[in-house]
Amino acid sequence: MAASAVSRRRVGLGVRGGDALLRGTVTLYLSLIVVLPLTAVVWRSSQDGWAAFWRAATQPQAMAALRLTFTVALVVAAVNVVMGTVIAWVLVRDEFPGKRVVNSLIDLPFALPTIVAGITLLALYGNSSPVGINIGYTRPGVVLALAFVTLPFVVRSVQPVLMTMEPDMEEAARCLGAGPMTSFRRIVLPTIAPALLAGAALAFARAIGEFGSVVILSGNIPYRTEVASVHVFSLVENDDTGSAAAVSVVLLAASVLVLAGLNLIQRRRTRHAE
Amino acid sequence: MSILVRHATRRFGNFTALDDVSVEIPSGSLTALLGPSGSGKSTLLRVIAGLERPDAGTVEIDGRDATGLPPQRRGVGFVFQHYAAFKHMTVRENVAFGLKVARRPKAEIRARVEELLELVQLPGLAERYPSQLSGGQRQRMALARSLAVQPSVLLLDEPFGALDARVRKELRAWLRHLHDEVHVTTVFVTHDQEEAMEVADRIVVMNHGQVEQVGGPRDLYEHPENAFVMGFVGPVTRLGELFIRPHDVELRLEPNGTTSEAMVERLVHLGFEVRADLVLHDGQRLQAQLSREEAEALELHQGQIVFVRPSRTRQFAS
Amino acid sequence: MRSRGGRYPLRVLALGYLGAVLLVPVGAVIWRAFGDGVAPVWQAITTPDALHAFWLSLLIAAIAVPLNTLFGVACAVVLVRHRFPGRRLLDAVIDLPFAISPVVIGLALILVYGQAGWMGGWLAERGIQVIFSLPGMVMATVFVSLPYVVREVAPVLREVGTEQEEAAWTLGASPLRSFLQVTLPAIRWGVAYGVVLTTARALGEFGAVTIVSGRLAGQTETLTLYVENRFEAFDLTGAYAASLTLAVLALLVLLAMTRLQRKEGH
Repeated sequence: MAASAVSRRRVGLGVRGGDALLRGTVTLYLSLIVVLPLTAVVWRSSQDGWAAFWRAATQPQAMAALRLTFTVALVVAAVNVVMGTVIAWVLVRDEFPGKRVVNSLIDLPFALPTIVAGITLLALYGNSSPVGINIGYTRPGVVLALAFVTLPFVVRSVQPVLMTMEPDMEEAARCLGAGPMTSFRRIVLPTIAPALLAGAALAFARAIGEFGSVVILSGNIPYRTEVASVHVFSLVENDDTGSAAAVSVVLLAASVLVLAGLNLIQRRRTRHAE
Repeated sequence: MSILVRHATRRFGNFTALDDVSVEIPSGSLTALLGPSGSGKSTLLRVIAGLERPDAGTVEIDGRDATGLPPQRRGVGFVFQHYAAFKHMTVRENVAFGLKVARRPKAEIRARVEELLELVQLPGLAERYPSQLSGGQRQRMALARSLAVQPSVLLLDEPFGALDARVRKELRAWLRHLHDEVHVTTVFVTHDQEEAMEVADRIVVMNHGQVEQVGGPRDLYEHPENAFVMGFVGPVTRLGELFIRPHDVELRLEPNGTTSEAMVERLVHLGFEVRADLVLHDGQRLQAQLSREEAEALELHQGQIVFVRPSRTRQFAS
Repeated sequence: MRSRGGRYPLRVLALGYLGAVLLVPVGAVIWRAFGDGVAPVWQAITTPDALHAFWLSLLIAAIAVPLNTLFGVACAVVLVRHRFPGRRLLDAVIDLPFAISPVVIGLALILVYGQAGWMGGWLAERGIQVIFSLPGMVMATVFVSLPYVVREVAPVLREVGTEQEEAAWTLGASPLRSFLQVTLPAIRWGVAYGVVLTTARALGEFGAVTIVSGRLAGQTETLTLYVENRFEAFDLTGAYAASLTLAVLALLVLLAMTRLQRKEGH
């Protein structure tokens, strides 16, 4: 019933003043910790004027770092789209001993500190590698670090969709003569596409900001393997907060754009579905 | 403890749930708020309980102005359609909750809980959790819980709506019986007219946020004040501007000057009764309801020509 | 749709990728750490600096996690039960810590709470030092781990609804008591899961804290900062030993996550 549904939603704690106090406290907490500091970054980036902002953001080393960051993040997002789907598929549709353990381990990058991830990857793929692969201080090293850190995003995004997908559609397709690849392309892919996109967007946003693992694995060689976050770090260390803020704003804008775009697409889709 | 609602209005955005509603509920009565979805009956109940604040109007409970009081201080018991059981507490802890809040001594609480569980016929289930009970048992627990604090008024919001038909019928009778024993002023909300007619002393019929009519079951059935009430409270068949109860349609095999000719289009056997779908000469359709014996006496069958006359009709100003 | 011949290539590919990226590296660290036996590792973990870093990490988490839990529950109530202009904005702001680079967060905090920052000077006059000191590190940790409890509790709260609380009101319980005794137990697994995620994030924070702390060994160095410190000093045993400690904590977190997922019905 429309009336009771709406009335339920409007219930606060049942105390007039208490509700406002709660809202006020929550807003204050967020403002002091998140909003105020972020506003300070945006403000600082333009404090010395737009010309200075532009100069800092397009400074050659900064540009190189930004270009590397966005390129690698896109590559990693693409890798995740493929491998994330494969892993999700295997976890949902396949059975093998130890599957439950593997499923839990997917969340390891969420639980493991990024700096440890860097150390871990370097131990195996650095210059004293037991398997003879040395990608420390190289661009592939950056890719590897980011692949580790963003691994769970696509998997966890696609998994629930695959789990609630009924096999009817694929079976019907098979009866009509579709091979497994066609069935995947025509039926599974469209169904998981939104979740795939969401997971990839989250992975991308995460990747462009990643610091801890990259700082260890890439060697941070300017113009070669220095990513934007490391560049910002060195600018801060040198007390050049203006330039640091400028590059930060570029990163912020990219993240916000990606997430806002995702939000918009998701909202339009729900409107379509209605 | 009587309840007096005066000019209550409640709006949710563009939707008016209560439109200047005034209602009096006599002390000790068992009253039903009856109406279709969206009629405002649940909102009215929640306004009485203090779970909803009216935009305008007042609520008096037992002579005291309760309009500004929160539900904690109104002395009302409330039973929800989906039980609102405290899932993480045992049945005993659920029933004892209000008493614990009131800081009653432990011995008193224990005794009262036992007494109430006996009353609602749930003895021996005190240590179970609500998830281990059936729907009917959960609702009875909810009732015991609300009675524990000895409310002056008991409010039930579609209390049997979530239960299956058989349990619903059992609990209806049981609620009536309980009220006869305990005599608390009770108001319950339902959209089921059969339930209202069977259980309540008085029925408040509501539609579109307004009160259509208030009266006893027989009153409403035989003297409805408008077409909505007549149609909601019992079956209705129409002949132009005349509203007729199907069992007030007389069937004869021979005309007698006051009857109209009709053909039996369809016969439906509803167990004890028979319903005849009739078509008149001019194409109008009419429904008649008769007992099995009457139908057999007339040897009623499909396609038969009969002669009909409504014995009681009502007409309403538009 | 059970296993067929075509399953194997996919399975090998998936497990191979996971092995190469996740599992084997973790195994390598364990193998490397104990390369010279257990004793050096134990020594490395029990140096004064290492121990201090360990306890500092735990201390910061012990402050940041309860703060974010209280905030998280309060914020979930506001998001789920209140209607007010700007609710969607609130929703978006909460997700920001997910999307921002930790170094940007460090920079942001310095700009506001550093000596030359917006509020830093005012605070310094009152003898409160935020940056290069514990409060700043706690703040950075709070920032990065802020959304987890909210995001886990909000859907559970929405599902629980308000009826149980309303029932408690009619039984005479005050709104606060009703919330604490009726609603909170109903959402407890969501809160627990959120707390686990928050703790993991807090213990693992590196980028923001490294900027905000000044990295004074034995004073403002958390365990993650200590790992990097040992790495830079070419003390690989020390770095591996500390990494191992953090990895063990991470695995405990994973374990807790898995248990709680089942309780929550994920």
